[in-house]
Amino acid sequence: MAELFAGLATSHVPAIGAAIDLGKQREPYWAPLFKGYEFAREWVATARPDVVILVYNDHASAFSLELIPTFALGCAAQFAPADEGWGPRPVPTVIGHPELAAHLAQALILDEFDLTIVNRMDVDHGLTVPLSLVYGQPTAWPCRVIPLAVNVVQYPAPTGNRCLNLGRAIRRAVNSYPEALRVMIWGTGGMSHQLQGPRAGLINRQFDSRFMDLLVAEPAKAAAIPHLEYLREAGSEGIELVMWLIMRGALDAKVREVRRFYHVPASNTAVGHLILENSG
Amino acid sequence: MRTPHDYDDIPGTTVFDAERSRQGYFLNQFCMSLMKAENRAAFKADESAYLATWPMSEAQRLKVLERDWNGMIALGGNIYFLAKLFSTDGKSFQQVAAIMTGASQEAYARMMLEGGRSVEGNRSLAEWSRRG
Repeated sequence: MAELFAGLATSHVPAIGAAIDLGKQREPYWAPLFKGYEFAREWVATARPDVVILVYNDHASAFSLELIPTFALGCAAQFAPADEGWGPRPVPTVIGHPELAAHLAQALILDEFDLTIVNRMDVDHGLTVPLSLVYGQPTAWPCRVIPLAVNVVQYPAPTGNRCLNLGRAIRRAVNSYPEALRVMIWGTGGMSHQLQGPRAGLINRQFDSRFMDLLVAEPAKAAAIPHLEYLREAGSEGIELVMWLIMRGALDAKVREVRRFYHVPASNTAVGHLILENSG
Repeated sequence: MRTPHDYDDIPGTTVFDAERSRQGYFLNQFCMSLMKAENRAAFKADESAYLATWPMSEAQRLKVLERDWNGMIALGGNIYFLAKLFSTDGKSFQQVAAIMTGASQEAYARMMLEGGRSVEGNRSLAEWSRRG
């Protein structure tokens, strides 16, 4: 049987991707950030997931305003890095797991989570920056990836509670897959940041720290945070944090926090990162 | 007329909701078109002519030509779509964020290095009006 054994959370700032692609990791601005992910690189080399369900949001790359799915599950065999306006990132093509993805789509819809099924989709920095942070610059990604794109561009994003419950349903669905696969789930985006308007540059360390505390120990409380609080306290783009709740919902009620890292700034954004292992 | 929303009280912040998405549909779809190299070239060759092919309002076209980022957002523009336009101009998110806040690049970058804009005093319109 497939086993979903751990979760990882990380911000997915595009400037981090650019720093990696341009070889700036050792520059004073970036070095502390990349040092913060060394633990994850070592951890994942031991944990060796076969498949990562990667929860992220598209940033007007695959989805324009023509079509705005709240939850879109990538069921294709592969996903090309998107051209976001300055050429695709020089990273490997993302290889999917169509069989597990098909199983997830079927199980989740029957479990009353009506996902949009996507059979062709380019993936932008929201998905590839987390892979680069954790795996570096390999010639091929060492795991299969099932993209789960969440709309956070047009308000409202799904509620935190809906995301937590979707995570729980993902766990049930993975548990019922017959092949022995080691599965991880990653929640990406956040933490506090605002990219638009006269209030751009907002960072709220206190909110971010409390969010991580609640997410780990009291996820139902984190899931009850209303949208207004994210917008006001964590900035208009801080609402991406609902995606971390999908990751958390897929884990045990109790988890071991094996890694926490927090760093300000990466461009306009507070970077947060967690690794959580199931513990019953 | 816009329906009032609880988030209208957040200062310096425009929430891209369904109503604004409708208002900014063609403005944002124009930006999206700049993801293709041939469209970027056509736009750069004659901005007004390229904009004329999109059924957006004159006010929206003018804000694009002026690169008035807050003005575009007020007329339904969304930052992730506007990013296609400022990338075409060779600008980064941080450069455009600084412009939107009215700060110099240096002052904005320094603010971020020092931990970003504090939420204290930036939660509500009332706090901004008290600040004057």
